[in-house]
Amino acid sequence: MAHFEDLKLSDRLFMQVYRYRSVDWSPGARLRKPLNWAKVALISTAGLHLPTQSRFDTAVKGGDVSFRELASDLDVQQLKIAHRSSSFDQAGALKDRNLVFPLDRFRELVARREVGLLNRRHFSFMGSITTPQRLITQTAPQVAEKLHEDEVDAVFLVPV
Amino acid sequence: MCNQSVGLIASVIEKTGLPTVCLSLLQEVSHKVRPPRTLFVPFPIGYPLGKPWEPSLQHSIIREALNLFDAAAPLPLLLFHE
Repeated sequence: MAHFEDLKLSDRLFMQVYRYRSVDWSPGARLRKPLNWAKVALISTAGLHLPTQSRFDTAVKGGDVSFRELASDLDVQQLKIAHRSSSFDQAGALKDRNLVFPLDRFRELVARREVGLLNRRHFSFMGSITTPQRLITQTAPQVAEKLHEDEVDAVFLVPV
Repeated sequence: MCNQSVGLIASVIEKTGLPTVCLSLLQEVSHKVRPPRTLFVPFPIGYPLGKPWEPSLQHSIIREALNLFDAAAPLPLLLFHE
């Protein structure tokens, strides 16, 4: 288990005094069908992008709140990682992208009929966002709209 | 800050009627952000699915997180045990 004590001193001090945000999600949603019939989409905040997509901008003050669409048939190991956090040890993810974006694992669970199917696209953010207002009001709602367009049933989110 | 970002994105999506589940590497952060369903995983920052090239461990983590959808109402916090 990672704890604040595991972070670099500068990151730890920042995160201890930072005023975390939350969003009221009540009353909460229910999965309306068995998981082995459900369409699932993945969201990663590892700053993943295709070589053909623009990198996340690590210089944006407060964090780059944009997102990239990742097609479900991509080769996960070709994904690039553009993340500005010094707390994120990328060594593991550079060996195996499934460590932060487990698309191959979900494909296997679909093949085993434990999960219904994967959505045609997934979404990538760079999670190092200290000023999340536009994430909350603009880009996360845009992704939610796309997930509804695709008639996704459940969403699986992975931080780093 | 990734754990806050994931929790906020999940909360925004859940609010629109789509159920979400998050992994989390930092309990301290997720306790404050409180997304609808979170599986805490006992791994270092950067290793949410445990270890590279360990498909069975990665499957176990995913399965346990997906099990959180079975509860009658969102259950905010659960700890993964290897």
